[in-house]
Amino acid sequence: MRTMSYVESIREALAEEMRRDSKVFVIGEDVGQYGGTFKATKGLIQEFGPERVIDSPLSENAIIGAATGAAIMGFRPVAEIMYMDFLNECGDQLVNHLTKLHFMTGGKLKVPTVIRTQYSLGRNTGAQHSQFFPAFFMNTPGIMIATPSTPSDAKGLLKTAIRGSNPVLFVESASLYASKGDVPEGEFLIPFGEADVKRQGKDVTVVAVSRMVKEAIATADILSSEGISIEVIDPRTLVPLDIESIVSSVKKTGRLVTAEDCIKTAGVGAEIIARVMEVAMGHIEDVRRVACPDVPAPFSPPLQDAYMPGKNAIVETVKEMMGRSLAS
Amino acid sequence: MNQIITKEIQLSMYESMLRQRLLDEKVVELYKKGLIQGIAHPGLGQEAVAAGVIANLSQEDLIVSNHRGHGHSLAKGVSERAMFSELFGKETGMCRGLGGSMHSSEMECGVVFSTAIVGGGIPLAVGVALALKMDKKPNCVVCFFGDGACNTGAFHEALNMAAVWKLPVVFVCENNQYAVSTPITKSTAGHIYLRGEGYGIPGQLVNGMEVLDVYEAASTTITRAKRGEGPTLMECETYRYTGHGPYDIGLDYRTQEEIDLWKARDPITSFEQKLISQNLATALELQEIRERVREKVEEAVQFAQNSPYPPKGQLSQYVWA
Repeated sequence: MRTMSYVESIREALAEEMRRDSKVFVIGEDVGQYGGTFKATKGLIQEFGPERVIDSPLSENAIIGAATGAAIMGFRPVAEIMYMDFLNECGDQLVNHLTKLHFMTGGKLKVPTVIRTQYSLGRNTGAQHSQFFPAFFMNTPGIMIATPSTPSDAKGLLKTAIRGSNPVLFVESASLYASKGDVPEGEFLIPFGEADVKRQGKDVTVVAVSRMVKEAIATADILSSEGISIEVIDPRTLVPLDIESIVSSVKKTGRLVTAEDCIKTAGVGAEIIARVMEVAMGHIEDVRRVACPDVPAPFSPPLQDAYMPGKNAIVETVKEMMGRSLAS
Repeated sequence: MNQIITKEIQLSMYESMLRQRLLDEKVVELYKKGLIQGIAHPGLGQEAVAAGVIANLSQEDLIVSNHRGHGHSLAKGVSERAMFSELFGKETGMCRGLGGSMHSSEMECGVVFSTAIVGGGIPLAVGVALALKMDKKPNCVVCFFGDGACNTGAFHEALNMAAVWKLPVVFVCENNQYAVSTPITKSTAGHIYLRGEGYGIPGQLVNGMEVLDVYEAASTTITRAKRGEGPTLMECETYRYTGHGPYDIGLDYRTQEEIDLWKARDPITSFEQKLISQNLATALELQEIRERVREKVEEAVQFAQNSPYPPKGQLSQYVWA
């Protein structure tokens, strides 16, 4: 096993899949010569040429339309949308076309398209370059959603996404690009819909998404020194969602905290908690959400720090929960 | 006219227009009787555009269509049975009843998809053209849309992309003068066919009521696309006889006089006269074609009405591939 960074593992997955299947191509703004704004496609144009690593005009809606049209014709496009915020620019092709074509044609058209994007919350990028809103797409049937939190998950999930038959929204976190971890060489695929227990525990289940997985693991160390044991679960894909693994953990702990970089209202946590409550109400003592307030992301660094959820928010929430349940 | 169009092609275009006309007349009738639900957009009056353009395409060439698209799909080879079954929401429909009037897809005939989002088909067609180019196929894709679509961002993003990559796509704007009720004079600056020029895309203004004019213009643009010389923007001036939908003729935003003036240029009537005067067909022969098409429409309606609805289990069957 080698150690490599999150962004390197994405690059490796892309290169391996492009070598394996000539129908896989990359399209997006600055993905060619420049290697992508975050360097995820660095070096690909040298190996695969400009026909398969396509620098596109700054036209997000047309990028997704072009990817979808090519997918209908048998290609497997991987489109890069520079910031998740810019997905709003391609709402029509993405929401009205890509996610619905298979359904609307009674299963005739297949559109195996991967949209890679990233969110930058935590990098002082302001309200239009920070948003993480996967819940919107959980509310849009027809697209799978992967949110890798480690280099190894990034590689394994991306390779699965590219080989699948469905549209996939693959959301990376820019704050994780430099983070390092062990990544298996060569053929390594992680199935969608399989949550990963990143840390075992018995008192509280913390379901964390993307960047918050790292924060939750750090929290586990802090809390264990105070005698509280948390179980950290990373769903890894939000669609399909491995609700069974979450429910079985909650049945053991009786307490559930969700942790995400999304807006709290109608976010990922809201959905996870609702689904757990539907099937395991009798096992639950307490539920809480750690998320961003219902406010656009601010620029000013101290305000951003106040806005972002992190270790402290999880620690406080868990302690409050334990205190309350101990007292009751 | 510069080229000789064979009798065979001319008669096939006549039949194509009639198939579109009689199908949409039946759609209006069934809609008014409450037998077709939801939304439907007849293309009555616009038949020459689909007939003239598509007569230049091979089976392997493709089209992307829009909400007013029954005619495009029929002209490209979709059967009346598959169309009516879809309009009735039946299992035998070309999209198993999941699409409806606004959504066709029949890849065997080269009908990629018809979209109900105005302008939404244009980026998709660019993707299809990109695939044709990457696969080094000798084919092209024709994208049909209306004048309203030319005022969407998708139109401009897609035209630029197609031009910069020299893709084998022909953009065909059916300018029927109105986007729902808004006339182009109030909504559309300049001329649509000139809008490609800024992107280096040649434009053509075509009389969309004359099938031979459309045929000839499309022959140039399609050849150009297939030769790898890039996209063309055709603006075919035409008119829809109904209002936006089948329920009225739109007299709250246009006059009967205007409708009558366009109807006097009816693409089917004028072409019948031409075929007869040039001895390409007799009135009796044309009548026979008309009867044959009418019977096909009636038979297809019967077939669709007698077909089963999709089973309840199909509800979530096609969300995922």
